[in-house]
Amino acid sequence: MLCCICKEKEATVHLTQIAGDKMQKVDLCEECAKTKGVNDPTGFSLADLLLGLGASKEIEQAGGGAEVKCPRCGFTQADFKKAGRLGCPDCYQTFSDALDGLLKTMHKGTRHVGKVPESFRHSRDLADRLKTLQKKLTKAIEAEDFEEAAILRDEIKQTTARLGSPATT
Amino acid sequence: MDLHQFLTPPAETARRKGPYDRIVTSSRVRLARNLKEVPFPGWGKKQDRIRVLEAIRPAVATLPEMKESFSETMDTLSTLDKQLLVERHLISREHAARSVGSGLVLNREETLCFMINEEDHLRMQALRPGLQLRQAWTAIDQADSALEKRLDYAFSPELGYLTACPTNLGTGIRVSAMLHLPGLVLAEQINPIIQSVNKLGLAVRGLYGEGTEALGNVFQVSNQMTLGESESAIVERLEKVLAQIIEHEENARATLLEKKTKMMFNHIGRAYGILANAHSISSKETMNLLSLMRLGVDVGLFPGADRSLVDELFILTQPAHLQKQHSEKLSAEERDLLRADMVRERLKSVSRPIPKPAGAGAGLDKPEK
Repeated sequence: MLCCICKEKEATVHLTQIAGDKMQKVDLCEECAKTKGVNDPTGFSLADLLLGLGASKEIEQAGGGAEVKCPRCGFTQADFKKAGRLGCPDCYQTFSDALDGLLKTMHKGTRHVGKVPESFRHSRDLADRLKTLQKKLTKAIEAEDFEEAAILRDEIKQTTARLGSPATT
Repeated sequence: MDLHQFLTPPAETARRKGPYDRIVTSSRVRLARNLKEVPFPGWGKKQDRIRVLEAIRPAVATLPEMKESFSETMDTLSTLDKQLLVERHLISREHAARSVGSGLVLNREETLCFMINEEDHLRMQALRPGLQLRQAWTAIDQADSALEKRLDYAFSPELGYLTACPTNLGTGIRVSAMLHLPGLVLAEQINPIIQSVNKLGLAVRGLYGEGTEALGNVFQVSNQMTLGESESAIVERLEKVLAQIIEHEENARATLLEKKTKMMFNHIGRAYGILANAHSISSKETMNLLSLMRLGVDVGLFPGADRSLVDELFILTQPAHLQKQHSEKLSAEERDLLRADMVRERLKSVSRPIPKPAGAGAGLDKPEK
């Protein structure tokens, strides 16, 4: 049996861990076991060890057996398993279901907190504005205030146009 | 442009000062960015990478802080030059392995460095001597804000900046500091420290970053998580942890001086003895011994000797730097001879360590904070 991490050397360390009602088995060569700190019982968790492996498995499952392929760059789950990296920015959308679990184990949260590019701040503001305008429009129509509705409609048109074009700031 | 001419002379680099530079040799903040709709460097075709390089390189050049910069594509740099950059900690080893379609832009002061098509389309870093994480973050934040006006970044409101590896997703930030910790190593306290730092979600690495040894007792501490925490929160968290490590290192040094004086002087004296008298010495041994000498300078065993002398040797004795001083190609054995010659020559001006009388002076030796 080959080591499931390096896939080169003979596996001599065999581990089984039961988490909940699931049993996980790992077979490692001595070298990989050492680098993964398997011999150090305090700092070792099978989940950490399987982070990379488990991630690709999840991606496989998410695909329901059929191979998921990124429409932008042609990257597949098998490629992720091999490289541990994604193909292009759109892959995050393509493999979003599978990545979710992985991100949870890897990071503090699963939603971005921090810097946002100016252009996104700009479009986010516009999107918010558009929502408010649409609500107002609905109200105006309900109230049969067609004068107001006409003004709002024009504003919505303008905002939509600005939202569609890249920010020029 | 000749890289060797461009780089700051090691003597000057070694003299750069910063807060807490007894222990913190340098601070760095790196951001990972990618362009929208283009495959990441590891997956993209050569044409994709060239296109990215041709978009990013001129954009970086327009930054006011990048005037008079060194800008090259990786295929035009020799292996030796790339190694030189690695030894100066200006590029990663991974980037040094790149060629066509990858590039580098470095400013005059060596405080800003842009790696194009490393693992991500753009990895930009700000560097500062000593402990200056906040300053480094401000500098790179500014450069990034200027660049986002010219480059169409891959960004998702939910996931943040999209990166080749999910481990960098979100802020794409890596905040790190290089620490010289001989006291904790000698006092055998380094492992528990590393473990507790790891538990806080921070990584401890060796001299040249990921997967490298802690040569010369130099450790790199950095954040690991990039999603779900803001840049300033990460900087702050690191600052807190670093302050504690600095305190532990100072305490370890003080305790060694007080309680294990002989052991400490023995290590430092032997280090000096070998460095000042060896006729062949490897790069690794040199670094480890220079580290002990640096400790000796810090605790006042080498009156008159400046830390910068040791730091300069630390740079100069690395393989590529040594090779650069000689026109003919050197074998490893030849380098070991020339390295020993250089170190012996430089240490002529440094007299033997003067141990303070045990007991009486030990308390007074305690380094000032």
